[in-house]
Amino acid sequence: MIDPNSPVHEDELHAFVDGQLPADRREAVAAWLAEHPEQAAEVAAWQAQAEAIRARYGAVAGEALPTRFNLDQLMRDSGTRARRPWRTMAAAAVIAAFVVGGGAGWMARGATAAVPTTTGSITADALEAHELYVVEVRHPVEVPGNERDHMTQWLSKRLGYAQRIPDLQTLGLKLIGGRLLPGPTGAAAMYMYEGPTGERFTLYCAKTTTPESALRFREAAGDRFAAVTWVSEKAAYVVSGPAERARLEQVTKAIYDQVNKDGWKKS
Amino acid sequence: MGGGLATFRQQVEATIPALRRYARALTRDGDVADDLVQDTLLRALRSEHLFHGGELRSWMYTILTNLNRNRLRSLARRPILSSIDDNDAPDLAGPEGGGRDIARALATLVDEQREALLLVVLEGLSYREVAEVQAIPIGTVMSRLARARAQIKSYLDGERPTLRRVK
Repeated sequence: MIDPNSPVHEDELHAFVDGQLPADRREAVAAWLAEHPEQAAEVAAWQAQAEAIRARYGAVAGEALPTRFNLDQLMRDSGTRARRPWRTMAAAAVIAAFVVGGGAGWMARGATAAVPTTTGSITADALEAHELYVVEVRHPVEVPGNERDHMTQWLSKRLGYAQRIPDLQTLGLKLIGGRLLPGPTGAAAMYMYEGPTGERFTLYCAKTTTPESALRFREAAGDRFAAVTWVSEKAAYVVSGPAERARLEQVTKAIYDQVNKDGWKKS
Repeated sequence: MGGGLATFRQQVEATIPALRRYARALTRDGDVADDLVQDTLLRALRSEHLFHGGELRSWMYTILTNLNRNRLRSLARRPILSSIDDNDAPDLAGPEGGGRDIARALATLVDEQREALLLVVLEGLSYREVAEVQAIPIGTVMSRLARARAQIKSYLDGERPTLRRVK
């Protein structure tokens, strides 16, 4: 693109855009660009790209830090995880998660520190499924909620551990049904619930090798959906719903109580 | 806990906002990005003995960049495709439109090019620092930068060449 005999090397054009040219060369390049409109247009395009990138992501650095980035806490949690029995931690974490809340949309506390990013990918999978299926009017599920026994039997068999499908009637949520999905290590199940105003929540379950963790709250990109994820007894649970935190906490708590206290005993 | 440790920890802490910014742009997914940052912080705090002075910031970017590559490798092995690149995609109109375009444009880049471009234009690293982070010669940094810019330009100009990576 640039004549090899040109007094300005292409690398210098990049350095010009990136403010990495020495002052004397900066003037020389600017003068050269004034006489080379084609390259000047290219440089302008690069500058516009850089500005677009900064405009899009620059503000992230100014966001309030989620509490998970408290370093003392982070180290303490990752250190204590191995020593303390998970159940105690989890119980404490549940209470902390719902009572403490606070912060910029994050509430997960407790034994989350050393959780590898695979928990993140499970959540991403669940949110993806949630987003895909909650908009379905006619076919949101494969098995309708009124065939709960059949569904329990079928999905327990496919997932390889006993499914107990939570009852959320007290929260005004009706079980629409469930479906089988591909999961991180085989099959996954997704159960969908619907409230009086049409809001939908899903519970995604799958076997996982990810270490046990307490509740983690996540907001999906676009802020339309949010999810709470935890791992217990080699199974991951992701509750997804509209990004309305109080309601999601309420639903999660109900589900957590049912799946963790009652069992979901491995078969 | 000695004073040295506190200082190191404070220095690590000071990098968090920039790491989150870089990770967000790198992955275009807030959750994945913050997971990466968290893993990076833990890795750094546990590896203090491996840090032999120098620019801590570059070291942190190096860890994060490598952890992200590991993540992408493990994702690539999985049969399910994660929608990381698409999370930014849906139809938000309005002022976000321009930002959405640049996010999509970034998504079409080869990872190494995206890393180089973001480290330069978003994080303000010198070419030399980027060369250290990516463990490559400066000449390679320049060619990655050039290719990234050419690719984004052609994408934004509407040519929409075939995606080199579909993920």
